[in-house]
Amino acid sequence: MTVASPTGAPGSVHTLAMAQRVGIDLASAQRVREALEAHGARYLDRIFTAAEQGDCAGDPVRLAARYAAKEATVKVLRPDPDTAIPLRDIEVVRAPSGHTELMLTGLAAHRAQVQGLRDLAVSLSHEGDLATAVVIATLQPDGSAADVP
Amino acid sequence: MSPDMEETIRTVLGEHGRLPVPVQQLGEADDLYQAGMSSHASISVMLGLEDAFDVEFPDHMLTREVFASISSMKTAVGELLAS
Repeated sequence: MTVASPTGAPGSVHTLAMAQRVGIDLASAQRVREALEAHGARYLDRIFTAAEQGDCAGDPVRLAARYAAKEATVKVLRPDPDTAIPLRDIEVVRAPSGHTELMLTGLAAHRAQVQGLRDLAVSLSHEGDLATAVVIATLQPDGSAADVP
Repeated sequence: MSPDMEETIRTVLGEHGRLPVPVQQLGEADDLYQAGMSSHASISVMLGLEDAFDVEFPDHMLTREVFASISSMKTAVGELLAS
């Protein structure tokens, strides 16, 4: 990542020592509604944790926003095509203040560790039937992955 | 793999895949994501396959590759039916 020099010298940029990754996704509440009608609790249980289901109370827009957050996180984790990261391993947690945070468990947490990713942050938004999420993460300064099996 | 299995997979794809092209126009090896299937739709397809074949996809099989084509889904369903 490069930014303009604080000196304001024309054309002058410097590189930040900290590399970052970003992921974004867009989800349709209507598609969530249709999946709920077709598959019911099985759909919910394959994607969302019990806490997320409680936070959303069946609201397709909220579920779509969380689905988008999970997909945006997968883009940040960059798994191999033949590797599955269960979406339940990526949980959107609602803080008491109302903002949302990410909690990774299982294979998602392992993948983040292997990739040297930390400080994941998420932002959710929606308008009408569409919900979106952006996830950003910091790579370890030396660019090396953590020493994990 | 039996023709019936492929036909059932195509029916499930038609019901849940949300593809912008008719399923019957797709070849067995065509990339369904390239054809317009979203990741979210692939989950509905997976659940539809579970209903149609009375199987359950374990987490480790929920990869992009497994749902990338009719052929790869046939292989996966065949493995589940044989296990």
